Amino acid sequence: MKSSRRNFLKIAGVSAVGLSAKPVLDAFATADADEHAATATPEKASNKKALTGKRWALVINTHKLQTKEALEPIIEACNKLHNVPHIENERWEIKWIWGEEFKHAFPGKEDTFLPEHVKHNPFLVLCNHCENPPCVRACPTKATFQRDDGIVLMDFHRCIGCRFCMAACPYGSRSFNFRDPRQFITEQNPDFPTRSKGVVEKCNFCAERLAVGKQPACVEASGGALIFGNVDDPASEVRKVLNKNFTIRRKQGLGTGPMVFYIV
Amino acid sequence: MNDKKKIITGLAIFLFLFTLPIWYNLVSATSAPEPELSAKAKAAKTCVRSKEYMVAEHMQLLDVWRDTVVRTGERTYTNPDGKQFNMSLSTGENSCIGCHVSKADFCDKCHNYASVNPYCWDCHIDPKEKK
Repeated sequence: MKSSRRNFLKIAGVSAVGLSAKPVLDAFATADADEHAATATPEKASNKKALTGKRWALVINTHKLQTKEALEPIIEACNKLHNVPHIENERWEIKWIWGEEFKHAFPGKEDTFLPEHVKHNPFLVLCNHCENPPCVRACPTKATFQRDDGIVLMDFHRCIGCRFCMAACPYGSRSFNFRDPRQFITEQNPDFPTRSKGVVEKCNFCAERLAVGKQPACVEASGGALIFGNVDDPASEVRKVLNKNFTIRRKQGLGTGPMVFYIV
Repeated sequence: MNDKKKIITGLAIFLFLFTLPIWYNLVSATSAPEPELSAKAKAAKTCVRSKEYMVAEHMQLLDVWRDTVVRTGERTYTNPDGKQFNMSLSTGENSCIGCHVSKADFCDKCHNYASVNPYCWDCHIDPKEKK
């Protein structure tokens, strides 16, 4: 077609009319969407029984946990509940809560003349749910994050297995699933998912139990040796225990603000 | 243009072969399988939302649920009718799998047909396939 001034003006005119119709169509579209939203607004809320706190913390009374045998039921309770695989080979082992010698749990605090029981007894160690968690800063996908109540939680759906968090954690609280964990779980708890090969995992302070108003499994299994509560509340039991006893924390000098306290 | 016949037959054969997958599916296709409802699900009559909504949007719903539960800790879902549900795929009776008890009949049937492989059950445990 030979283009002429006349043709150009015609096309321009029609285009202008077309463009002016767009806002009208948009208005219709949004009206439709609004109507749809008004009829369907499902709500989500937390459980009424859920335990709430501003800063969860755990106090471990090591006087009551002197032997390996004393730690075992506590560790077992956690492992069973969370489907933590038991892998013999240390290269692949998965740990949420376990026993560690003083010199490993508290490097820098060891000394020549420590009492025998401190030197040789196992100390219960787990994720410290730090106030300033380095793992959260290291995670490139925000799979690890800190909840408002201080729990450092993992979204296993989102973990890509890069293991930056493991490098960042000064407590070795995180384990990587080098193997498919399912084959190493003797007794599956169907109420809690397992993990898959290629994700990192760690203690979750029993977030799923707090949500239904229960104390963490380790606390329940400890028979009073472990005390869990909200340190932000001066009237809470943990605060009372912390006021009465001298406690130490792991690698406090790093500034991570660990929330697991040890009475020694 | 002496090869008109050859060219047209060649073209026809090519077109037939090229579109063969379409013909194959037209002839051999079975209808999409219906998910089989358990007795419990039938008795409950409605799911968390209407059937149409669940058919079309269950993946989005589950995705929102898992993010909400993990990220915010909110575990109670109130549907537009005001009924409350525990937001969970596999935790006990009060979960998706607690009502739709058979993963094989309810989930896998359609997923296999549509060739989608959600990885839910890599971690979540189907109580039925327990060793």
